[in-house]
Amino acid sequence: MNMNLLLAGFGGQGILFTGKVVAYSGMLDGDEVSWLPSYGPEMRGGTANCSVCVSDSPIGSPLVTAPDVLIAMNLPSLQKFENAVVPGGLIIVDSSIVDEKVKRKDIRTIYLPATRLAADNGLKGMANMVMTGRLYKETKFCSEEKFIEGVTKSIPAKKADLLEKNMAAIKIGMESGE
Amino acid sequence: MSEKVLMKGNEALAEAAIAAGCKHFFGYPITPQNELTAHMSKRLPKIGGTYLQAESEVAAINMVLGASAAGVRAMTSSSSPGISLKSEGLSYLAGSDLPAVIVNVQRAGPGLGGIQPSQADYWQATRAAGHGDFKLLVFAPSTVQEMVDLTGDAFALGDKYRMPAIMLSDGILGQMMEPVVMPKDSIARIPERPWAACGHGDKREHNVINSLYIEPPVLEAVIKARFEKYRLIEEKEQRCEEYLTDDADIVIVAYGASARISRSAVNAARKEGIKAGLIRPITLWPFPTKAIISRIGNAKTFLCVEMSMGQMVDDVRLIVNGKRDVRFFGRTGGMVPTPAEVLGELKKIKGGI
Amino acid sequence: MKFKRPHALTDAQFHYCPGCSHGIVHRLVAETMDELGVEGKTIGLAPVGCAVFAYNYFNCDMVQAAHGRAQAVATGIKRALPDNVVFTYQGDGDLAAIGTAETVHAATRGENITVIFINNAIYGMTGGQMAPTTIPGQVTQTTPYGRSTKDAGHPIRVCEMLATLDGVALAQRVSVDTVKNVNAAKKAIKKAFQYQMEGRGYTIIEVLSTCPTNWGLSIPDSLEWLRKQMVPYYPLGVFKDKGEKKEEGQ
Repeated sequence: MNMNLLLAGFGGQGILFTGKVVAYSGMLDGDEVSWLPSYGPEMRGGTANCSVCVSDSPIGSPLVTAPDVLIAMNLPSLQKFENAVVPGGLIIVDSSIVDEKVKRKDIRTIYLPATRLAADNGLKGMANMVMTGRLYKETKFCSEEKFIEGVTKSIPAKKADLLEKNMAAIKIGMESGE
Repeated sequence: MSEKVLMKGNEALAEAAIAAGCKHFFGYPITPQNELTAHMSKRLPKIGGTYLQAESEVAAINMVLGASAAGVRAMTSSSSPGISLKSEGLSYLAGSDLPAVIVNVQRAGPGLGGIQPSQADYWQATRAAGHGDFKLLVFAPSTVQEMVDLTGDAFALGDKYRMPAIMLSDGILGQMMEPVVMPKDSIARIPERPWAACGHGDKREHNVINSLYIEPPVLEAVIKARFEKYRLIEEKEQRCEEYLTDDADIVIVAYGASARISRSAVNAARKEGIKAGLIRPITLWPFPTKAIISRIGNAKTFLCVEMSMGQMVDDVRLIVNGKRDVRFFGRTGGMVPTPAEVLGELKKIKGGI
Repeated sequence: MKFKRPHALTDAQFHYCPGCSHGIVHRLVAETMDELGVEGKTIGLAPVGCAVFAYNYFNCDMVQAAHGRAQAVATGIKRALPDNVVFTYQGDGDLAAIGTAETVHAATRGENITVIFINNAIYGMTGGQMAPTTIPGQVTQTTPYGRSTKDAGHPIRVCEMLATLDGVALAQRVSVDTVKNVNAAKKAIKKAFQYQMEGRGYTIIEVLSTCPTNWGLSIPDSLEWLRKQMVPYYPLGVFKDKGEKKEEGQ
């Protein structure tokens, strides 16, 4: 598996956690992985982004400047990173938050109203996991078994009661689309 | 060995220090090393150690000096502006022949600079960590696993040679998560410290930890003896990793995060038929002189890649001594070079060879 | 009574000027170590200043600290060796100028160490410059027209300042200008060490001291100057004492 993933959105949308789930799953599946957050003042209420690399060989730069996949959970993120995506790459947009369309024609775009889907199913605040489910469906970045294990291990012991809801949100994402 | 876990560099380094038997940590908040102090504050009280948030970087390094003088393994961590404040303590540690580990999770300077990753403290770490004639062991990890492994080495070699060691990390390595295998338990074999000021117990003469030698001939002799030790270290402790250098026309020299980026660039260059390789210094002092010299034979050009305006490149030029062309490519101010940019440099050089 | 050298002093001859108080205070600290039987478990901190060579004079283990940093270094030692006795020996420039932050924070943390503070209202080692405790009007190398409070501000009364901090167990100012005062000073120093051994917190004994060389006075005149000029500005006494009984939660 080789995937350079960039996740971006508002602080508080669970961007960093989503990245951690992907990295953890990849690691459990035997791949090389790296996870690098943006840090600094932008953490405080502004935009948050996170670079995740999953690779079958040692990872060079952990900073993803040309993502294969972009997960955009707000408009500024889409505007900032749309042009960075490699030709033939994929953008998954949370269309309940972003009302603009992707302009590029050389990439594949999925519009998923993740925030609304989460809320409709009593999973408010779990749009990130809905997005993760869809990301898994599209890229199969690891085996399903390791993916579930990755989610489980990424949730801190103190919040273990949230596992079920996380899994439910992932399922919504995985079952979305065609 | 324990299982592979996903950990932030800063936290992994802190945990490695604990595994190395370091139970005394003194620090001060500064981005981007805060996860390290947070981890220490969480862990050390549970194992009977001391985490103390000092009133300043100056106080923190002097607390480290005190703990080390008392005979225990001690550590402090900071980022660039904080290391400047610690320079007084670094000089006193070196002048008092005390081991200690000092972590610099580098950010951009000068001044308050910025909080994004940088490698612009190379000169400070290897040349001018403080006033006076002295050297520090300087380790340059480039993965989270190395943040762990080299921390153990920094403590061990610091003890062996009775001198401070710097872990020269940066904002990328500190903040990123990677899989890492932690040493299972404390694997540390901490050597006896018969010189420590820990109370003579009426069993020996009093020990004095001191950097003052008021008689110039005495001080000169002390420094010369210390430099004899440094010479021995330069002979024995140089470390680096070489990647595809055997047949390389162009040898990149890069450490830390820049080395990771350069490795990607080397791979990309090879695909385009450019014979590029990489020497990655793991110790910045002692600098891996031997490895560079051994590549003067086949390399037509050396390219130093750094997140600075060019600092380590001085050392490479000194070693190569005009025998080969030594080029530099860097980004600074918190900007991180991309593999594509480095590849571009390699192509430029290739065009000129 | 036989007058002999305390065991906690080495045989090295003091380098201090005639009439300087350091010799007396060194002796009092050494006698305290002898009487409490703690020389073998004590670590002393030598400052930067005239007392820098204290590491040659005290027989206990010694560490020489950077200018102003003695209490930070002492903190590191004490945290590593909580059952040992740790004292710093510092002058006014070291403690109350360049080391103010270290002093205030060691005190407010209630760092369980003893601080012997030599206040002679001047920088001795460097040749008689203004100290943070130089009194208004006092002539020094760097206040040739007398310390002007308008330009150079006011002196710091260290014990009074530190007495406001909860971490301080004992803050007392003494003098060594008379036999009676020397005896009182000794008592105070011993009490400070005892408090430390009981784990009571931060203890500081400020000793008003003479510096005939840099004051430009004869030894008798400097004693007189201390009494007439310093004592009124820096009254002797106890500014904080947590008392004999160990408090809850200490």
